[in-house]
Amino acid sequence: MAALILSKTSPIEILNKFMLGFFYTKSNGTLAKKEGQLAWVLLFPTLLIIFSIVILPLISIFWISFKPISLSDLRPPKPIIKERLKGKLEIEGDKGEIHYRIRNSSRDQIINNVKLVDTIPRGLKVLNLDDRCQIDQRKLSCNLGSFKGGYREVLKLKVTSDEIFYINKILPKETIPKMTGKSENVLTNLNFSLVNFVKIFDRDEFFQVLFVTLFYTVFGTVGALLMGLLAALILNTNFRGQGIFRGLFLFPYVAPVIAVAFTWVLLFDPFSGSINALLIQMQVIETPINFFGKRPLALIMVTVFEIWRYFPLSFLFILARMQSIDNEMYEAAEMDGASPFQKFWYLSIPMLLGILSILFLLRFIWTFNKFDDIFLLTGGNAGTRTLTVNVYEQAFALSNIGAGAAVAVVIFMFLLIFSILFFKFISREEGL
Amino acid sequence: MRSIRKGYILAPFLSALWAITIVWCLSIISSFSTGEAFKPNFLLTSLSGLTVGLICSRIKGYKKNHKLGIFLLLFVAVVVLSPITRLTDKYFNNLEFFLNSFFAVILIISASKILRDIDFYELTRHQFEDYIIKFLTNFGYIFFTAIVAIPFYVMVMTSLKNQSELLLNPLNFSIDFSKGYDLFRSYTELFSDFNFGSYIITSFFVSIITVIITLLFAIPGAYAVARLRFKGRGIFSSSILLIYMVPLIVLALPIYVGFSLFGLRNSVLGILMIYPVTTIPVALYMLQGYFRTVPTEIEESGLMDGLSRISVILKITLPLSLPSIISVSLYVFMIAWNEFLLAFMLLDDPSKFTITRGVAMLDSSEVPRQHLMAGSVVATIPVMLMFLLLEKYLRQGLTAGSIKG
Repeated sequence: MAALILSKTSPIEILNKFMLGFFYTKSNGTLAKKEGQLAWVLLFPTLLIIFSIVILPLISIFWISFKPISLSDLRPPKPIIKERLKGKLEIEGDKGEIHYRIRNSSRDQIINNVKLVDTIPRGLKVLNLDDRCQIDQRKLSCNLGSFKGGYREVLKLKVTSDEIFYINKILPKETIPKMTGKSENVLTNLNFSLVNFVKIFDRDEFFQVLFVTLFYTVFGTVGALLMGLLAALILNTNFRGQGIFRGLFLFPYVAPVIAVAFTWVLLFDPFSGSINALLIQMQVIETPINFFGKRPLALIMVTVFEIWRYFPLSFLFILARMQSIDNEMYEAAEMDGASPFQKFWYLSIPMLLGILSILFLLRFIWTFNKFDDIFLLTGGNAGTRTLTVNVYEQAFALSNIGAGAAVAVVIFMFLLIFSILFFKFISREEGL
Repeated sequence: MRSIRKGYILAPFLSALWAITIVWCLSIISSFSTGEAFKPNFLLTSLSGLTVGLICSRIKGYKKNHKLGIFLLLFVAVVVLSPITRLTDKYFNNLEFFLNSFFAVILIISASKILRDIDFYELTRHQFEDYIIKFLTNFGYIFFTAIVAIPFYVMVMTSLKNQSELLLNPLNFSIDFSKGYDLFRSYTELFSDFNFGSYIITSFFVSIITVIITLLFAIPGAYAVARLRFKGRGIFSSSILLIYMVPLIVLALPIYVGFSLFGLRNSVLGILMIYPVTTIPVALYMLQGYFRTVPTEIEESGLMDGLSRISVILKITLPLSLPSIISVSLYVFMIAWNEFLLAFMLLDDPSKFTITRGVAMLDSSEVPRQHLMAGSVVATIPVMLMFLLLEKYLRQGLTAGSIKG
């Protein structure tokens, strides 16, 4: 054995290694330090971008989940103003009224310290002044105090004109009024509540969603794994044209999800879909089946789609593992009279167990996280709403961002449990 | 178990199953290519399968000529049985007859191949399982090819039809060549009326920039994780995997909120900020796997020769791992090109759509569905082409550690 090793490595290499070892041990301290520094320099950009676009949003999701906010709250409440001149100013001495229509843009939030600033055009004299306002030279400024949610009023200024107005011809509208106000941004204030969580846990719906998610995840993962195993088994032979099949079998995974999802929807359409037409014409069924619209069937169909789309991935990994298994083992088993099924069960399966379990865990997590497939196929209708689809549904369809974030937090908790399991497991299984 | 390990039981059984498989395939293919309805008769099909199987198990050791004669008789028998009936038109034109003879030929040839040299009586366990596996393998080829090919076939064929043809007969996927260039009308309309040209350009731009940014970030990071010793290396590499597991929809929500606040929504810039983040962990994970396969000795000899770490990376490691960088780039390109969720949530302005967002726009009751399918084909073709040309790289890239879907 020793001779074998020696014959493979040249003396120079051995010397080289020895030298290298010497080199490293001697200056270990500084070199290691330098290496560590370099490592952090190299990693810094990645850390930065991941922090800003992954960790920060994750923190904010927790933050948002404790706040009852809706889509419309994303814009902070503002005082809104429209200025209009009533009455005609045609000759000197004509009287008119400047109307400021003011309102709070939000229906339920208060704006404090509302101020209005405007310039009165030259040649207009204000006759009556609201007691909240004052005029300094031509500058009008009003202190309007607090606006409640949905507050609106019309501020009226009576004016008369003199000749200067007609020389300049600057209308009140042309000097743009400015409004300021302090409003609390719901996103940043320190009021928290558990309303969102109560809302999402308080319904039977939540458990329905959880059931759907688990069904979809478990069957989707196991199905894709089994299909991948079968596909790998039939392709684990050497013949010409095997490459074509291998390429073809990867198509569902490589194609854009949006393209294949829409194709499935059209294919299984109850009115003009080809599958229904085929089944009816072959007299298998009498009335068309609404594959993606009926309650238990839709869930099964989206699971089947998931299996269809992701079996290529399991297939790829399992095939790669199979082809790395030593053939001698099978030959020895053959000599001992093992039958094909015995060889599969007692030799292949144990060898594949590692990759199968890693695939299972990873696919389980990613199927759990899957959103676009179901969203495109059914939109979460007909009993196919999983947790991820529920995030979208709550946040955007019902425009309740807070509830959406609460669902996201629930997902994240599940994920945490899964990944703890995953790392416990993966530390035993070597590498991926 | 032993009692059914008989040739005269196994052969007819497998052959009948095989006959049912073939008959379904033929019926579906002929329905899809002619638009007419063909119905396989289950009983007659099984009967022809049983007969063929039984005879196959009996003719071991016969002379070639005799076999041929027997097969000829079988052929006649199956054609007389004619398990496939044509439902649409009752008057006889040769289609049905042709289909049945075709079925007979295929059944006899393939069944005799699957059941080659099967014994009529006792089978060893080894033989018994071998024949079952042979059948399952052949069945598997047909099954997998069918489930993969049918959706893509339907996608392409639907895009070449027009509304009335589609409503008239959803089964008819035959191509009417007499239409000439009109066949591609949905495609020309897609580019003229729906601005797909600009979506493709946007998508290419976004995907390529994403690849570049991803590589710029991931290569140094992956090198550090793969080669350099530093505190927290283990935690770092597992947290990369962890980030890889965060669902996109969970991130998409706060990103939507943040982008709305900072006015980055509805801009290609915003998309370009997000896409690389979804791909960097994948790329980093794949690349560090590759960098580990570069022999340390080569790098160390470079260090010994007085090169700095950075120049070792640039001059030795990167050129050596070029194939893997190509496959990572391909994979990242594919992710960016296919990405739908973020584009859908963040882009509202049709002038900034990526191709997947453009296809999503076509999904409305006002747009005829051949346009939707044409859009799907247009979105699929670039990745497919890339995949077919560089399949080897992509396969390597996929197996090297990315299982994300």
